[in-house]
Amino acid sequence: MRLSRQATWVLRAGVGLGLAFIYIPLIVVGIYAFNSSGTTQKWPPPGLTLDWFPKALESESAREAFLTSIEVGLIATAIAMVLGTLASLAVAKHRFFGRETISFLVILPIALPGIVTGVALSNTFTQVLGIDLSLFTIVVAHATFCIVVVYNNVIARLRRSSASIEEASADLGADTWQTFRFVTLPAMKTALVAGGLLAFALSFDEIIVTTFTIGAGEQTLPIWIYTNLFRPKELPIVNVVALLVILISIIPVYLAHRLSSEAGVSAGAKGGAARDAAEATAVP
Amino acid sequence: MAVEAAAPRRSAGRRLAGLFYGRPRLQVGTLLAGPVGWLVIGYIGSLIVLLVTAFWSVDALSGEVVQEFSLENFEALWNEPVYRDIVGRTVGVAAAVTVTDALLAFPIAFYMAKIASNRGKAILVVAILLPLWSSYLVKVLAWRTMLSDGGIINWALEPFGLNGPGYGIVAVWLVMSYLWLPYMILPIYAGLERIPDSLISASEDLGAHPFTTFRRVILPLAFPAVVAGSIFTFSLTLGDYITPRLVSSDQFIGNVIFNSIVNDQPFAAALALVPIVVMIAYLLVARKLGAFEHV
Repeated sequence: MRLSRQATWVLRAGVGLGLAFIYIPLIVVGIYAFNSSGTTQKWPPPGLTLDWFPKALESESAREAFLTSIEVGLIATAIAMVLGTLASLAVAKHRFFGRETISFLVILPIALPGIVTGVALSNTFTQVLGIDLSLFTIVVAHATFCIVVVYNNVIARLRRSSASIEEASADLGADTWQTFRFVTLPAMKTALVAGGLLAFALSFDEIIVTTFTIGAGEQTLPIWIYTNLFRPKELPIVNVVALLVILISIIPVYLAHRLSSEAGVSAGAKGGAARDAAEATAVP
Repeated sequence: MAVEAAAPRRSAGRRLAGLFYGRPRLQVGTLLAGPVGWLVIGYIGSLIVLLVTAFWSVDALSGEVVQEFSLENFEALWNEPVYRDIVGRTVGVAAAVTVTDALLAFPIAFYMAKIASNRGKAILVVAILLPLWSSYLVKVLAWRTMLSDGGIINWALEPFGLNGPGYGIVAVWLVMSYLWLPYMILPIYAGLERIPDSLISASEDLGAHPFTTFRRVILPLAFPAVVAGSIFTFSLTLGDYITPRLVSSDQFIGNVIFNSIVNDQPFAAALALVPIVVMIAYLLVARKLGAFEHV
């Protein structure tokens, strides 16, 4: 679009301000992790120090919470990858009654407010099934809302790849399984991995559904942060953990994005790839 | 060797695969059994249970859940002004956050889609995506420190003789607008990318002022994408109880649900139906406006 120079500059300044708005809080948290004055959170910090990092590593409860988060994230992601792939294969490759509702069904756990999903699941577990809340119930809850990211990534890829390669495979004598194993799966592999990475990131820092489905005595990392941030004595360690959490959730997302856009570039126009990647990742 | 490969091998796996050949219904059924079973039985089932539980009550003396139909919870919700205020406050903030985010997101998305170079576009998409996924709780924590008395906001405003909003409803609005902004930028960006440049050129060639092109061509075509983004901003605000807890002392729907979940699960269930009803109404309107092609 042709815009006057001034208009372009105004827009550019707007984008710059928008990015500053988005990033300043993250940078501020990052700086507080090095805050030399332990318990006061006054800005600017009087000095910088690395002292809190070893202290954070020593914190038993933080370490345990971290491991719990990893465990929950990995299991929930594995379940979501299987269920999301199955659903996307059915929708992309077949026509059947109720096909349109599948996307709706998959997106529902994340389109409804997290608190609804949390209350609904916790209510079913405790009131109806009589299961005590535990690690198992968090995994079930997390897998439920992670399906959508895998589904969206994989289906976007399947829609772009042509069905004629699979027909060719069948014509050459491959059976249904072989076609899937040697033709369909390689084509969707990177999308599947990207979806898995995003599902993990989503699970890793989820807190709202988690608070409702977590067992007594268990803590994921976000829950650990939430319980400790009201304790002034723990705040410096909370800040360090916060910085680590930002890094841990950003890395998989960055990798996922690279995977989606690289595959997109080989498939066609660059702009389209960026757009698809944005769509695939914009869902939570 | 070629002969060997061509000879039929009747392994179990192959026989199983053969079973699916030419039976599309069986294929679909097998593919869908897991995911649909999980989501319909596990999730939709839970929502139905939630609906049923909302009509139960808690015995005032024993604190036990009474599994009998009663409208007690809904009567309380309707009659107590406190709850009406809370629902009104939550929906009001959700609407304010949605409008704020739409206004902030549109220019950024527009720049990304129509002005930036391909390289700039790729960088911007990543720059918006990464914070979207970075920890929600950490972002709220960041704002809690920034908004505190000795925080960076008061520090930055002090030279101008001003004071930051501190903790309160304004802080909730500000923090939530911050949290959900990327959820609005990306769908709008995707929607704008879909508008062919030739349409814009045609409008310009026909003599339209850029502002007219924007109002008459771009805005109507991008509107469904804005609605798609608003689903997230609206829904996420309705369910959030952590932001209000950390940066205000105001009660939102989520806080009341959270506080009653332990002692009065039926009442929590009844309250949780409020965001569901609001969201269903919202989704139906969004569907009418064509937002689902953009989700």
